[in-house]
Amino acid sequence: MERSRDQNRLIVSTSPHIRSEETTQHIVWSVNLALLPAALMGIYFFGPMAAAIIAVSITTAVLCEYGYQKALKKRVTIDDGSAVLTGLLFGLTLPPSVPLYIPFVGSFVAIVLAKQLFGGLGFNIFNPALIGRAFVQISFPKLMTVWLEPTAAFVFIDAKTTATPLGILKEEGLQKLLEHSGTYLNLYTNMLFGHRPGSLGETSVVALLMGAAFLLYRRYISWHIPVSFLSTAGLLAWVFGGSEGLFTGDPVLHLLSGGIILSAFFMATDYVTSPSIRKGQIIFGIGCGFLTMLIRLKGGYPEGVMFAILLMNCFSPLIDRSFRSNVFGAAERKGLLK
Amino acid sequence: MGAELIKLFELIVSASLVNNFVFTWFLGLCIFFGVSKKMETAIGMSITFTAVMVISAAISWLVFRFVMVPLGIEFLMIIVFIGVVAGLVQGSDTIMRKVSPGLYYKLGIYLALISTNCIILAVPLMNVGNKYSFIESIAFALGSGLGFSLAMIIMASIREKIELADIPVPFRGLPMAFIIAGMIALAFTGFSGLITL
Repeated sequence: MERSRDQNRLIVSTSPHIRSEETTQHIVWSVNLALLPAALMGIYFFGPMAAAIIAVSITTAVLCEYGYQKALKKRVTIDDGSAVLTGLLFGLTLPPSVPLYIPFVGSFVAIVLAKQLFGGLGFNIFNPALIGRAFVQISFPKLMTVWLEPTAAFVFIDAKTTATPLGILKEEGLQKLLEHSGTYLNLYTNMLFGHRPGSLGETSVVALLMGAAFLLYRRYISWHIPVSFLSTAGLLAWVFGGSEGLFTGDPVLHLLSGGIILSAFFMATDYVTSPSIRKGQIIFGIGCGFLTMLIRLKGGYPEGVMFAILLMNCFSPLIDRSFRSNVFGAAERKGLLK
Repeated sequence: MGAELIKLFELIVSASLVNNFVFTWFLGLCIFFGVSKKMETAIGMSITFTAVMVISAAISWLVFRFVMVPLGIEFLMIIVFIGVVAGLVQGSDTIMRKVSPGLYYKLGIYLALISTNCIILAVPLMNVGNKYSFIESIAFALGSGLGFSLAMIIMASIREKIELADIPVPFRGLPMAFIIAGMIALAFTGFSGLITL
């Protein structure tokens, strides 16, 4: 008796010694859960079509992953939730009026080309959902720029088409935007709750921030990328965004509009496609913010978040590389080129 | 003077990002795919390429302006520029081998590849087509060289990262590199409309 108790005191095992519930699977499903409020708000504002788009997008993503892994005789990993997440994220970035073959095509590209061909979860260089989004943006430019006025009625009616706040800001200026909604306060409130034209899941900032707060609280994402991303974008919007010279821009308006909140918390923070070192993450975030504002203010597209993150995805292996720690004991290489 | 400088800056940004030769014109792909397997070769090629690019654009401009225009033989542009580039590359190859063998073994191997590169020919031709001044031609060549270097270094870092990835066998190597280049090109479309010259 005495002896067996002593034996229990010392447990010898190989590493890892600290275990927790937090598997990849657990984290990915949590992110899905965190996106749920935004998805529901999108469906609330844009009606049954929105639900159909998200459903097609998720179903296609899961089926493509299943089909690819079956066809190549790999282990089927659809239960880890990453295909659902890609489908959901992609669906949330679509305008609410697209025909249903667009989520189908985009999800296929996202899963098969951008994720599985690279070797599946953990190996992709680019964010799959954003590659899908960029692919359909380039392939169907007309359809991808039809925006609907939110109805919040959940009925099949012919919704009015309109321009997004960023589109109006780019083409006609702030005055026109204010005419639409009256006062600044009205404008900000509408944008905060999501009562504005835009992509399905990007409009409701409150719902997105709820999800983001949950992820930050559970430490599934760290603050480094979103904070550096949003503060850089806000700063640049304030300095260069105004029509009457420097320091007259409206940072709040820029941060509330477009997909910047959705992307900063849910896409730029993707573990696989962003740098894994803290210093690198801050550089990544600053780069995203800078490129977003560069494209928004000077480029040809009204919204630059998608391209900004994809461009920084290209650079993240390079960022990780330059912050690589030296191997202890290894001699420094000599010569012209290190 | 200020406007001049801004024009030059815009030329460099335009040639390196907005109209990146690899990702929007799809030129120079043979070298791009050939040397982007390893970071070391990519960096070596970048340095050599940018230097050759700037020098050959300058010489081509001088030859065009002071030899070909007076003689009225502008129609021989393509063949003369090929000759200029090939002569320049051969010359620097020989000089480098004699003067600095160390540098030659680091960078000289890329020189032979460069003489057949399409960007090296495209830049002098575009300089003539767009009627750039001497300084503008050099800025355009510098931007093109930097853009090509950027493309190769990004590509090398990505290809080194996916070396261990479980890519289906038929896609390993070059096919995957083409797919990645396509995706980077997709990202680079975000720059379109940024600068209209």
